[in-house]
Amino acid sequence: MTSTPLVVLENVNKHFGDLHVLRDINMTVNSGEVVVVIGPSGSGKSTLCRTINRLEPIDSGTITLDGQPLPAEGRGLARLRSDVGMVFQSFNLFAHKTVLQNVTLGPTKVLRTGRAEADKRGMELLDRVQIGEQADKYPAQLSGGQQQRVAIARALAMNPKVLLFDEPTSALDPEMVQEVLDVMTDLASEGMTMVVVTHEMGFARRAANRVVFMADGQIVEENTPDEFFTKPRSERAQDFLSKILTH
Amino acid sequence: MEAFLSNIDRVVDGFSWTVRLTLLSALFSFVLGILLTAMRVSPVPLLRGLATAYVESIRNTPLTLVLLFCGLGLNSALGVHLSGTVALDVFWWAVIGLSAYTACFVSESLRAGINTIPLGQVEAARSLGLTFTQNLRLIVIPQALRAVIGPLGSVLIALTKNTTVASVAGLGVQEASREMKLMFDQGVAPVLPTFLGFAIGFLILTLPTGYFFGWLSKRVAVVR
Repeated sequence: MTSTPLVVLENVNKHFGDLHVLRDINMTVNSGEVVVVIGPSGSGKSTLCRTINRLEPIDSGTITLDGQPLPAEGRGLARLRSDVGMVFQSFNLFAHKTVLQNVTLGPTKVLRTGRAEADKRGMELLDRVQIGEQADKYPAQLSGGQQQRVAIARALAMNPKVLLFDEPTSALDPEMVQEVLDVMTDLASEGMTMVVVTHEMGFARRAANRVVFMADGQIVEENTPDEFFTKPRSERAQDFLSKILTH
Repeated sequence: MEAFLSNIDRVVDGFSWTVRLTLLSALFSFVLGILLTAMRVSPVPLLRGLATAYVESIRNTPLTLVLLFCGLGLNSALGVHLSGTVALDVFWWAVIGLSAYTACFVSESLRAGINTIPLGQVEAARSLGLTFTQNLRLIVIPQALRAVIGPLGSVLIALTKNTTVASVAGLGVQEASREMKLMFDQGVAPVLPTFLGFAIGFLILTLPTGYFFGWLSKRVAVVR
């Protein structure tokens, strides 16, 4: 694995009103690395994920992608976002477009790929997440797990440098979690750079190169999954793990 | 009734102007309404403020005053002419007044439609790298429109009936209700059948409009 820094956050701070949701966050995601961010709810992990493509603006600090600082507004920001794929908890597929149109919208409108080429690549991606037969359906006709797989294909269609996952399985019925995690595990093993906010500890153990544990807006602990799950160093992490691993 | 029916070509001619006023005003108010809505959700505070000020002031002004301002104010007093012939001059001023007024209601409907779209879809579009205008054009407006087809039908029906104000509010535009009044004044047909005939004429225009928009709104509804 290479160790070129791809996403670098330095001294990032953010407030929601009086609430200090991100406190001096320093984090580096290297190219090809899978970083899983875990922590109790309200710890700021989703906010952290959303700052990387500036869906949440930050108050201070810097975030760079591939050496370039995030532009504040306008076309520069749009261009940068096209390099950062995002998969949301609630799928957020475009309800008035078919599955295939959801996947080809970005390539045709942002990358200016031709229709035929975008359709071909779109179908390849849908086949890859095993949903090719549903290409002409609308999102509401699919199950949650299927919708989330379409959302992953939609993000992949932009050939992003990094993929962000914001609790991708939290809104799914239990029997659909695995099909989404399988796709994510495949992506991880193929060398996709990923930042994954999740409560799926099995996925973290299996697919992560590094686990980042957050609490109260701070990164409390960073380690390999093995080390983190077997020998957590901080009291907060020990406490968190004891709560989730006992039931 | 026979006397009324023998003047049916005058009635049809009157309604043909009603239809022209309605269609042109509908077109312009639709375009202006979308523009106002885009301004009202834009990230630029100045544009938001301008659009809000426009909608709130015109929407709360009686249509009669809007049309009087166009007819007596802009057309007569300031001498702004849109056509060499008087009939067309006042016709276009009526179209402008009706469009300016109706656009506010189109915009309010669309804004309600925008509120039905989950914020997440807008964020997803942003995360793909779509610009604000692309987001509006490809994701937001198409879904907002589908959500408010029914209310827009009501706006169109109101517009159809509002065209009758154009003949009384300083403009004297030719349209169905003016024809009716002329027929009363000239005593060409008894009052009651004439009333009834014109009322039915409006129903023939507006009832199908309502049913069509109701049907359309079910057909294009976005399933969530």
